[in-house]
Amino acid sequence: MKTYHKDQPIRIALTLNGQQRSAVCEPRTLLSDFLRHDLGATGTHVGCEHGVCGACTVRIDGVAQRACMTLAVQVEDRAVDTVEGLNRDVNQPGHDRLSDLQEAFRRNHALQCGFCTAGILMSCADYLERKSDPNELEVREMLSGHLCRCTGYTNIVKAVLETAAARNGRPVGATPLEDKPGHAGVGAAEETKLVNA
Amino acid sequence: MKPQAFDYARPESAEEAVSLLAEAGDDARILAGGQSLMAVLNLRLAQPSVLIDVSRVPDLNYVKNDGKHLAVGAAATQGNVEWRPELAREVPLLAQAFPHISHFQIRNRGTVCGSIAHADPSAELPLALLALGGQVVLRSRHGRRVVDADDFFQGMLMTARAGDELVEEVRYPLARSDERYAFEEFSGRHGDFAVCAVAAVVAPDGIRLAVGGVSDRPRLQHFGQLAGADLDGAINDFAWELGAKDDHHASAKFRRQLVRHLGRTAIERARAQEST
Repeated sequence: MKTYHKDQPIRIALTLNGQQRSAVCEPRTLLSDFLRHDLGATGTHVGCEHGVCGACTVRIDGVAQRACMTLAVQVEDRAVDTVEGLNRDVNQPGHDRLSDLQEAFRRNHALQCGFCTAGILMSCADYLERKSDPNELEVREMLSGHLCRCTGYTNIVKAVLETAAARNGRPVGATPLEDKPGHAGVGAAEETKLVNA
Repeated sequence: MKPQAFDYARPESAEEAVSLLAEAGDDARILAGGQSLMAVLNLRLAQPSVLIDVSRVPDLNYVKNDGKHLAVGAAATQGNVEWRPELAREVPLLAQAFPHISHFQIRNRGTVCGSIAHADPSAELPLALLALGGQVVLRSRHGRRVVDADDFFQGMLMTARAGDELVEEVRYPLARSDERYAFEEFSGRHGDFAVCAVAAVVAPDGIRLAVGGVSDRPRLQHFGQLAGADLDGAINDFAWELGAKDDHHASAKFRRQLVRHLGRTAIERARAQEST
């Protein structure tokens, strides 16, 4: 059992984007603050600090979660991935460039001020690994956990669907957001659900 | 905002967790997913002196089908349950309710037992547990007791759990071949707290309708096999019994209308389902 006194400075070690890192914090330090202030990983943004806005979303052991509702001590000896590591596979040529998901965001103008983007990218990265070919309704349900005040979401949805389409071998721009019933577009029944949602 | 300072303990077994809880007294809080508790701490609405983190306790991290129930341990996340490929067959009501529960990113960390222990009156997991007649397993240093959902939820954020007890497991009854299930919810935006949520179970001997978000706790009503105006009348009586109040989300009148509309919709949708 691990116990930490409230005033005790503790050294937390974790794997951040594939690298062993550690820093000192208090038991009450939020993971979002630990990443930014103690590890200098400022790609993760902090918005509401009560789980509503989604800006601070990171992956913990691969799973997209809110860093503001997680304590730094809770990720001790675990793997945390942030936007800085989205394209970190140094064995791949072009590892210093954008990942396919980021590239789709750029191509579709799926961001403007960029404050929400880091969190959204981390959610999408986890989600597309679990559900490789989601429909628009499913993407919108997943994105409901993020607030974006610039884009109106349409281009974010397009970017996610386009990434999924490309990964499934369909040409970019061939399927997303078609206004007719069918696989990738929104059918009449789903349209009703979207309106109600 | 940031939480007030607290001592932190990370037990490695359920036994350690409950003995810590007994020693620490009423000022201790169990931290599992933290998707309600951490927000409350950040806003300083609660200032516990000790947090006992059960999120990494191996013997509490399970979701298992025991033939009668889907049993969910205190460290298992909502995502662990939601992404079970068999869930729509095991507990179809839960499969319908999950998309309404906050958001993907919250369900990834939030636990089922945590939602039950928190007992928010508009939360979907307590509502589904009540509608299905599920059970809550409470464990303290002195042993375990099993409480029916009907007895567990006692009021706004109030439950039958004693201060030294851990919600160790929640048991959702598995689907029965002679029952049909439907879940309906209205909220301001997708993923927001429910203004009104209903769960309907249509069985051969009658209808069970559970309503969340209207009263101070989820509430359950049994109806016979009513239809038409008789059913509408019975749902209306139930809507009035819930004691809806005006608040800044909705008026009492609107909430009663939601109970009537969503209640009727859920029952009809359940009845229309094919037998399995």
